[in-house]
Amino acid sequence: MRPRSLLFWAGVATMCAWVLVPIWLIAAGAIGGRQGVFLWPKSMLPPEFTFSALAVFLRIEGVGKALWNSVAAAAMTMAFATLLGTPAGYALARFSFRGQNAYRLLILLTRAFPIAILALPLTVAFINWGLYDTTLGVALVHTALALPFAALVTSSLFVGIPRELEEAAWIFGCTRLQAFVKIVLPLALPGIAATGLFAFVISWNEVFAASVLTVRERTLTAYLLTVLSESPLHFRFAGGLVLILPSVVFIFAVRRYLFAMWGIANR
Amino acid sequence: MRKRLIASAAILLGLGFLPQAQAQETVFMSTQLRPIEEAQKVRDVILKGFAGQAVYVTEQPQQLNVRMRAEAAAGRRTVSVIGALHGELQPLQPMGALDDISDVATKLADRGIPANLMNLGKLGGSTQVYIPWMQATYIMVANRQALPFLPAGADINALTYDQLKEWAKNVRERTGQRRLGFPAGPTGLMPRFFQGYLYPSYTGSAVSAFRSAEAEAMWTNFKDLWQYVQPNSTSYNFMQEPLLADEVWIAFDHVARVLDALRQRPNDFVTFPAPAGPKGRGYMPVVAGLSIAKDAPNRAGAVALIDHLSTARTQLVTAAEVGFFPVVKADLPADLAPGVRLAANAIALTQNARDALVSLLPIGLGDKGGEFNKVYIDTFTRIVLRNEPARAVLDREAENLRAIMNATAAPCWAPDPASTSACPVN
Amino acid sequence: MQARPAYLPYLLLAPSVLFLAALFLYPLAETILLSVRTAEGFSFDNYRRMAGDLNFASALGNTFLLVGVVVPLQIALALGLAQMLTKITRGREIVLWVWTIPMGVSDLAAGLVWLALLTDRGYVNSALFALGLIDGPTGWLSYETPVTLFVAIVLAEVWRATAIVLVILVAGFGLIPKEYGEAAEIFGATPWQRFTRVTLPLLKPSLQTALILRTVLAFEVFAVVFALGGRNFPVLVSEAYVWQFENQSYAVAAAYAVVVMAISLAATAIYLRVLRVKPEARL
Repeated sequence: MRPRSLLFWAGVATMCAWVLVPIWLIAAGAIGGRQGVFLWPKSMLPPEFTFSALAVFLRIEGVGKALWNSVAAAAMTMAFATLLGTPAGYALARFSFRGQNAYRLLILLTRAFPIAILALPLTVAFINWGLYDTTLGVALVHTALALPFAALVTSSLFVGIPRELEEAAWIFGCTRLQAFVKIVLPLALPGIAATGLFAFVISWNEVFAASVLTVRERTLTAYLLTVLSESPLHFRFAGGLVLILPSVVFIFAVRRYLFAMWGIANR
Repeated sequence: MRKRLIASAAILLGLGFLPQAQAQETVFMSTQLRPIEEAQKVRDVILKGFAGQAVYVTEQPQQLNVRMRAEAAAGRRTVSVIGALHGELQPLQPMGALDDISDVATKLADRGIPANLMNLGKLGGSTQVYIPWMQATYIMVANRQALPFLPAGADINALTYDQLKEWAKNVRERTGQRRLGFPAGPTGLMPRFFQGYLYPSYTGSAVSAFRSAEAEAMWTNFKDLWQYVQPNSTSYNFMQEPLLADEVWIAFDHVARVLDALRQRPNDFVTFPAPAGPKGRGYMPVVAGLSIAKDAPNRAGAVALIDHLSTARTQLVTAAEVGFFPVVKADLPADLAPGVRLAANAIALTQNARDALVSLLPIGLGDKGGEFNKVYIDTFTRIVLRNEPARAVLDREAENLRAIMNATAAPCWAPDPASTSACPVN
Repeated sequence: MQARPAYLPYLLLAPSVLFLAALFLYPLAETILLSVRTAEGFSFDNYRRMAGDLNFASALGNTFLLVGVVVPLQIALALGLAQMLTKITRGREIVLWVWTIPMGVSDLAAGLVWLALLTDRGYVNSALFALGLIDGPTGWLSYETPVTLFVAIVLAEVWRATAIVLVILVAGFGLIPKEYGEAAEIFGATPWQRFTRVTLPLLKPSLQTALILRTVLAFEVFAVVFALGGRNFPVLVSEAYVWQFENQSYAVAAAYAVVVMAISLAATAIYLRVLRVKPEARL
């Protein structure tokens, strides 16, 4: 191996470690037992291996239901954000029209305003609309949070797809919609999938709206929030791990799509 | 077309998650007993004998307010019973979120809840707003390794603030580390230390003598003490973790927030009352209460649940399982777990100390309780952390305090001398 | 060319606008009203209270400092990583996956893990101790060590939130046809020239998106800062949070939130202007 590529791979490995080591430590905290989290000096390996904290977690009443609520809310968020965001992204990418920048600002507003501060009026509205304490309600708020990502990311995706391809399709007699579905969509689909993934992860991790807008129908994050802030440390690590692992697995499951965005270049 | 299909599928999916009426349930929302093991004990043990169907939901204290305000504004309720600290229930009353439960108080008259506790539950008004549920207080915890450094002649169960300073100083000089700790983090209970412990001990007051000469001397002393305090204190919300990590050897906090340390290593820690100052040994009993939400979805269930929770049997189970102590007359069992026993001892010593000086929880502040706390924590930040001159800071913050007292027209509570109108800041 | 109906873009935007109007603009309007309403009518009293507060100046300063350091670092790091990915032929799928994992880590968990790393008796100090660099537990995160506290927060934020920039940039890289770089190479451009003259300009739409999103999100930082800094490193959003939930003064919290929003919008407007991307930009 040439020294240059050796250096290169060392860099790649360093960056992998930079990401993975903290995750490993949270896992070590979760399985290292009650005392393990307080040792000094600490070692990379936990002093004991016990799954008791994790087991306690998974046995708590209601965790199963909360898990299901989380998955359902995240799946709905993914669907809503993609359906609302993709057309907007296409419009931003393909047309120049008055109010374009106003729209960009509008969707950014949703991220520019701390959601926690909106809790009160939002909760009142949700009670009145019958959405309070429902998974659908949580998904709607999460969609509002994920929409800027969906619109902006899909817009830069469409900007990157040469419009000549579309125009060629029109010449061959396709309608606008057909051209979009047959030509643009297949090219953009991996990116749109990645957008959906963002939405899923945003919803999965969002804790504030989820906890204030629900009472019984808590999502897993909301359910664990109180635990994360007050329980003994090893439980908090276990809670952190329980939250991280599914999204890591999920990202792994859709890595092909992440990767496929990349693949567009090799078309 | 496909898109529309997906959309309608998503909406249908969503409809599946709309709420179903669950009339028989009593939703019991609590800001107390939130940690994972405690919450599980509430469900498995404490609520076990309840005849109805209770759904125990925990809530962060901060969000309780938002939720109850929203439910009150919209006029539709999900929660029936609310279990929370005195100070957390207080702001819910002016927004009309809590029901008049004088009938429940009458019904439970034979339980032997002391009249002074019952009166706290009126929040300064004439109707019962909450029924006392559990009590606790703040204690000191020390690692046994710190005991050799106690100043000569000091009785750990009758410390003064000067001796505490001496002790912390010895620890720093001999171990090279500052190991006295306070819960001064963003959600720590430090304001209660100033209101119920430091101020009463030095000035015999929490409000009216806020900017007195004694208060100025007190802050100077406390600032002097602070040089021996672990600097991470401004990040601590719960003292049990720094205690377990050996980062702190001497700590002050709410019983429930050190209990995990006492439980895990009962042989490594000792517990004792907070120190005394020139005016006595200030201490503040903590009361958690049970309220019923106005227009509760299941009021009958709520009344039955409160009844269940205030039976002597449930109260004793609560003490043994989660370390909060009974409000009704009941003798603690002899076989308490060692950690809970440690906590109980310190509480008894505090209550029975000869120089004990009781501070009540603030009454009548409504939703200004948070700003009231802010006055104390800001005063601390300016004087101790930012080195601003004590006199100027006290004068300035006294303005804020006076504004709060005038806005709420809250009369003084113990140990301040009773007043007929808003508690004056002299 | 087909005729382009003028209403088409509006039709495409309408669903999301309606959605946001109900779920966001309406509560937003109520909150803004709350911030300017007092018992006596409309006034800026709540803003005055906010500005007169002990922590306002430091929160404002800290927020700008943090955004100013974290965002450029993240963009540079993500550009570097994305460039590295182009060179990886085997296993890039896995490497990309690993590098994007932090995207799935919630703020709460990230705060927890970095606290475990950096606290007095944490893993970092254990490592330094093993190397003989420190004598025992040492504090990095207290009010007495503001510099290391700031570095710690920057590290944690870079760890937590670089992945999203990376994904956006990788998608952008993917859209640059290889021929451009190859052509530049044939004409004798150095790698650095190829990067600055070919890659960067073509990456502008993605860079703009990444910059805007990251900046807006960086102004919202709160959970990690709260976990590591406690009271010692106030930022605007943490102050809004404290006013809302600890001080229970919703109006002042709303004022803080409005200020945060105004700053984010100003930053966005600047980016949109400086990094102008023609909607019809062709590759």
